[in-house]
Amino acid sequence: MRYALLVYETEAGIAGRGDPEYQAAYRAYIKAIYESGTAYAGSGLRDAATTATTLRLVGGQRHIQDGPFADTKEQLAGFFLIDVPDLDKALEWAARCPSTARGGIVEVRPALEQNEPCQPAEPET
Amino acid sequence: MDPAELAARASYGRLLSILAVRTRDVAGAEDALAEAFLAAVAQWPVEGVPRSPEAWLLTAARRKLVDAARRRRTRDEKRALLEVDFDEADGNVFGDERLRLLFVCAHPAIEAAVRTPLMLQTVLGLDAARIASALRVAPKTMGQRLWRAKTKIRDAGISFDVAVEDLPGRSFAVLEAIYAAYGSGWEDVAGQAAASRGLTEEAIWLARLTVRLLPDEPEARGLLALMLYAEARATARRGETGEYVPLTEQDPSRWDPRRIAEAEAILQETARMGRVGPLQIEAAIQSAHIDARRTGARDDRALSLLYEALVRMAPTLGVRIAHAVALSNTEGAAHAIERLDAIESSASEDYQPYWSARAHLLERLGRLGDARDAYERAIGLAEDDGVRRWLLAKKRALGT
Repeated sequence: MRYALLVYETEAGIAGRGDPEYQAAYRAYIKAIYESGTAYAGSGLRDAATTATTLRLVGGQRHIQDGPFADTKEQLAGFFLIDVPDLDKALEWAARCPSTARGGIVEVRPALEQNEPCQPAEPET
Repeated sequence: MDPAELAARASYGRLLSILAVRTRDVAGAEDALAEAFLAAVAQWPVEGVPRSPEAWLLTAARRKLVDAARRRRTRDEKRALLEVDFDEADGNVFGDERLRLLFVCAHPAIEAAVRTPLMLQTVLGLDAARIASALRVAPKTMGQRLWRAKTKIRDAGISFDVAVEDLPGRSFAVLEAIYAAYGSGWEDVAGQAAASRGLTEEAIWLARLTVRLLPDEPEARGLLALMLYAEARATARRGETGEYVPLTEQDPSRWDPRRIAEAEAILQETARMGRVGPLQIEAAIQSAHIDARRTGARDDRALSLLYEALVRMAPTLGVRIAHAVALSNTEGAAHAIERLDAIESSASEDYQPYWSARAHLLERLGRLGDARDAYERAIGLAEDDGVRRWLLAKKRALGT
């Protein structure tokens, strides 16, 4: 199954990106998640507070706003798209993400399959 | 866990197993017991705590079960009522049915992955969210698995009686599940946060219970000794800044001598039973490692032989890796690398200890480029930050 690992970081986490040890840990994580054939896409993202731009249409008019969509304590800092047999495997990879050791959060989201109707599935009982 | 919590868990498991064994319905017994506890919370503060709280709870839960059976009005009603009609609650002495419950949880018809969580929930009363977190499974998934397992126990008519000839195989499954609970905590080296801490204490408690319930099973004692050795070294695995400290560099003065002494005594007494098994051997390996650190003289040949025996009995991935590393001290690192090469890549690919061991052996062989690559992979697979930092330092020491 395909999942997105959405990595959220605190302000302190974003500020700590320059730490060489953190960078080395991330390099190794990225290498492992790709070399094991787990991830097929992904990217780190620049600081939302200083670089994000948000767009919405209001009555057909573009409203462009400087800054992130939501002002939250944690911001989306990067993501991986992975293909694994099940959620447990996805959680294993999420737990290995170096951000988690620095207060970061990884949200694991199953991807919609191609042609899958975009509505919630029947709840499992 | 504090003593009060342990006592509460002891009563919970004892009561639940009595109810579940009589009704063969774990989920129904849980509901009834939960309602009985609710009633206790409402009544005891007003009417005072009964002389025998356990008997009171059992009687209350039994009434709930009878009510539930009446409400269902199914064809099974009469049978259910008959089976619920037991009288332990009237006396003050309960039989201990927890062993039967443990064996049901480890029944071959129950999916292996759910056995550990099922025991933790039924015998210890842990909630699904806590179990899910400790075993790194999504809480919803865990809830569904537990529910499926309990439904299966009821609907498939899984027997609560264990035949004598089934005992050895089934008791191994019980022990395996307890060990898995311990492993969840052992790997969680960091484990400071109470919510996410592992299940080490719970596992040791379950092992003590199993030794009491299965006094003639040497492997139960072997498991208890093994976990006590590991627990004795638990805090020494961390340095002052939280960094990982491997066994060979640990400070023996930070080990818990009380637990080690208890483990040694258990192991010696178990050896006299004359039936060796993989868990006793794992405990003996722990004992040898601890002895080596304390005396400064490591018996590499003995360790190799112990691992050799273990690989024959239980060739798990972790054991095969540990065996290879032990062999490197007697037959050389090149030979050990060959052993690692023989492990199929589908199993080792994302297994951090494999890459750590490989890196260590390659480094000893002077194949520094390969060692760096292996450390890199191990770093990428590390989950614990202390382990990750230790591996990063190892790689850094190799230069670029």
